[in-house]
Amino acid sequence: MSQSMRTPLLFAFVAVLFILEGTTSAWIFSGSWNTALGILNMALISAIMALGVNLQWGYAGLFNVGIMGFVALGGLATVLVSLPPTPGAWTAGGAPRILLALVLGAATVIASVLVQSRLPKGRARELSTLAILVGGFFLYRWVFDGGVGVVEAIKPANFGNIGGINPGGVDGFRDWGIITLLAWPLGGVLAAGAAWVIGKTALGLRSDYLAIATLGIAEIIISVLKNEDWLARGVKNVIGLPRPVPYEVDLQNSASFVERAASFGLDATTGSTIYVKLAYMVLFTLVLLALLWLAERALKSPWGRMMRAIRDNEIAAEAMGKDVTARHLQIFILGSAICGIAGAMMTTLDSQLTPGAYQPLRFTFLIWVMVIIGGSGNNFGSILGAFLIWWLWVQVEPLGLWLTQILTSGLADDNWFRVAMQDSAAHMRLFTMGLALLLVLRFSPRGLIPEK
Amino acid sequence: MDFLNGLVVLANFVLIPATSYGAQLALGALGVTLIYGILRFSNFAHGDTMAFGTTITILLTWSFQSMGISFGPLPTALLALPFGILATGLLLVGTDRAVYRFYRRKKAAPVILVIVSVGVMFIMNGIVRFIIGVGDQNFADGERFIISARDFKEMTGLAEGFALRTTQVLTIVVAVIVVAVLFWFLNKTRTGKSMRAFSDNEDLALLSGINPERVVMVTWFIVAGLATVAGVLYGLDKSFKPFTYFQLLLPIFASAVVGGLGNPLGAIAGGFVVAFSEVTVTYAWKKVLTYWLPDSLAPDGLVQLMSTDYKFAVSFAILIIVLLFKPTGLFKGQSV
Amino acid sequence: MSEPFLIGDMMTGGYGRGPDILHECTISVNPGEIAVIVGPNGAGKSTAMKAIFGMLNFRSGTVRLAGEDITALSPQDRVIKGMGFVPQVRNIFPSMTVEENLEMGAFIRKDDIRETMEQVYHLFPILKDKRRQAAGELSGGQRQQVAVGRALMTKPKVLMLDEPTAGVSPIVMDELFDRIIEVSRTGIPILMVEQNARQALEIADRGYVLVQGRNAHTGTGKELLNDAEVRRSFLGG
Repeated sequence: MSQSMRTPLLFAFVAVLFILEGTTSAWIFSGSWNTALGILNMALISAIMALGVNLQWGYAGLFNVGIMGFVALGGLATVLVSLPPTPGAWTAGGAPRILLALVLGAATVIASVLVQSRLPKGRARELSTLAILVGGFFLYRWVFDGGVGVVEAIKPANFGNIGGINPGGVDGFRDWGIITLLAWPLGGVLAAGAAWVIGKTALGLRSDYLAIATLGIAEIIISVLKNEDWLARGVKNVIGLPRPVPYEVDLQNSASFVERAASFGLDATTGSTIYVKLAYMVLFTLVLLALLWLAERALKSPWGRMMRAIRDNEIAAEAMGKDVTARHLQIFILGSAICGIAGAMMTTLDSQLTPGAYQPLRFTFLIWVMVIIGGSGNNFGSILGAFLIWWLWVQVEPLGLWLTQILTSGLADDNWFRVAMQDSAAHMRLFTMGLALLLVLRFSPRGLIPEK
Repeated sequence: MDFLNGLVVLANFVLIPATSYGAQLALGALGVTLIYGILRFSNFAHGDTMAFGTTITILLTWSFQSMGISFGPLPTALLALPFGILATGLLLVGTDRAVYRFYRRKKAAPVILVIVSVGVMFIMNGIVRFIIGVGDQNFADGERFIISARDFKEMTGLAEGFALRTTQVLTIVVAVIVVAVLFWFLNKTRTGKSMRAFSDNEDLALLSGINPERVVMVTWFIVAGLATVAGVLYGLDKSFKPFTYFQLLLPIFASAVVGGLGNPLGAIAGGFVVAFSEVTVTYAWKKVLTYWLPDSLAPDGLVQLMSTDYKFAVSFAILIIVLLFKPTGLFKGQSV
Repeated sequence: MSEPFLIGDMMTGGYGRGPDILHECTISVNPGEIAVIVGPNGAGKSTAMKAIFGMLNFRSGTVRLAGEDITALSPQDRVIKGMGFVPQVRNIFPSMTVEENLEMGAFIRKDDIRETMEQVYHLFPILKDKRRQAAGELSGGQRQQVAVGRALMTKPKVLMLDEPTAGVSPIVMDELFDRIIEVSRTGIPILMVEQNARQALEIADRGYVLVQGRNAHTGTGKELLNDAEVRRSFLGG
């Protein structure tokens, strides 16, 4: 089958899966449009993450296993934008003090880097670097701890954090939900910053080192989110973030909406949830299409061709005078920024940030499975992979349950094997994902829609 | 007296725990570094290999306990350990046959093998959770303390107690034995030397008639041994939880990179560097300093450089510093 | 003319599926002889040697060792048959000691290797002094001696050297050539590829000048050195 036929057919197949989910309740399908759209929205976000990863892996051959961290930074951006400033956090000198501390911390690092590069090599340089770092650290901690103490003391049950920049204030911030859209690009910027630090250190060394370094930064970003309560309340979670689409309750209270819903044969509750999900779907689709267009443009530009030339033969590209490390840094930052945008969108969709929910298997490795199964190097492949794998990820549990029921149907209800199998259907996810990844790598390493 | 009391606190909360943790990391890093040296990729499934070996050992320990078999004052897990190693070895060799060998024959790029190891990690993680679940498991038995804090106080008359747990001493003793046997094997036996030769120069090793498949099989079995021992010791010392073992990957990689990937001696040194940094940076020094400094200088705060939640940040910072200034590690590892 | 001890006969082929590099090229060597392959850059000198050692895909031609057709054998199997090969680069185990390098050379042997090791130490006395040192820490010339010593440990019936003097100083080069002559005096046929054509032909019993993968001139070392055409075209007058 030619590839031009194959791509639309595969996308049609995925579309059928989602339509079945919405229309029929047979087999593993729920027959609920609400569920179908829920899966679809997360699939759209996953598709954006997959685009970012494909940029790094497919275009440049960079192995990033810190996707979770960049996604979480995006989530942080949503909190920092969409919440109103916590009353008292800025006026009582807490938040400014924290900011000052962060500036001091950055200044310390910059000063020590300057000393390293300006002073001649020798004991004087080592000692002064050490002095700057140690002195800077204690100064930073002194300023920082004071500020954190003030902020975290503000009504810890509800706040205890610095809040965001929502101009609506504590009472009216929900009316300013539209500002959340601003968080999406900001999430990209935060992720790009983290990517710059990692890329500067680990790029240009062996490919394994980038993998290890990204694995590390992801864990650290999550532990910062969990422990820095002043930032986004840590494990106390931030809930009820404002959102750029209407609230279901408001829709249900609007007579004209109830009327419109009724004309489609829907009751107000179902109609409102579907409406909200559709609104998100439109927003996410717009972002996805815009990024896809940019990525395709980039791929076909001289820049994209150069990237692939570098990927296919680094030594030759270097010999032709290409600065491989600089180009890699560029694409690594871009790809991570896209993951940050997707992360901000996801937190917007959830209306909450729960740092404990970030699991590497779900947010890093699952995206990898999507890209590789979909077809690395091909943007459409990555998107297809995201839709398909996300659908599978959600459905593998009912699927597993169904399978175990078939397998153990001859056994008594309390048979140990049957019980064990049913209890562990949840772990099937990891196993299935791993198996799918290995099978595709082995038998179809170019994925469902291969690179042209 | 104050000085001694401070020293006791230091030993109790920093020196001994860091040494045993360092030994556990060193064993883990040795496994990673051996795979890197022989098979030339960073094995992301190593944490889950440790978890698998530990899981099997725990299951056997429980069945031994239920049969009334015990190892006197030592943990029963030590009796189950050889079987755990054997099972892990078989799993790894099976995985190599089913998965890695194909890419080795194809001479795939290292990064492909890394991705493949991620797939293996998923599957092993699934198997471990399937067998034992996701919760915390405690399987230590036998004598808990060699010296308890109260005995120590009575013995010495010091205000501070010093407790030496069996698992801490056991970790260090077992690690020393394992490392000694490993180095004897690598430096003195024909098979061990052929492994080093293969790691040094694969093509020349082939020309010399060294059978690569045999080298690889032996490596997987040694790695199974190292991973299971490291996992069981960590589990005895702290507790067993599959997700914790996955997270151990970072300090273990940091140890291996700090020492120089592919260099066994470096892996051991790296393990202790990472463990001591992690413990000293996250330890609250208030008590020690109160004993050691004159009263006027006694600290008010905890004097904790970083909260314990950031222990991964320590391994990570060490990793970054090494990558920036000496990418081949403290001991010369293989190419950058 | 009787069959030579080792002969690559009318070899045609290239690497993998690439284009042919050798064209009906014939190289042979007999016991007690030093055969040298010389030629301009890109003439296929090293390729010809690798072809004899089984690292090339043949389209036609055969390799015979002591009358036996070994064309289908892998390099490893050729080592077992008695061919010793010293690659041009990466020809030692750098982190292992000199003695361990020699031991690894004898890996396929099941008998006592101490006598062979003494012989190698006798040929290369400096290696005996440095036998506990890591081979990677030695000087270039010493490393080449380790490499040759390693290949001798299998007690090969024929020794093949790929540019043994690449990258060493002229003094070291002379010493290496002396050693190679000594090895040859023990009766082992030696086939080598050399960049330093003039010096190599001086010690050669047999010389092959390759041009673009074909035999251009063949003769004793002296004949080739005196051949006006050879001198003009690439010995530089």
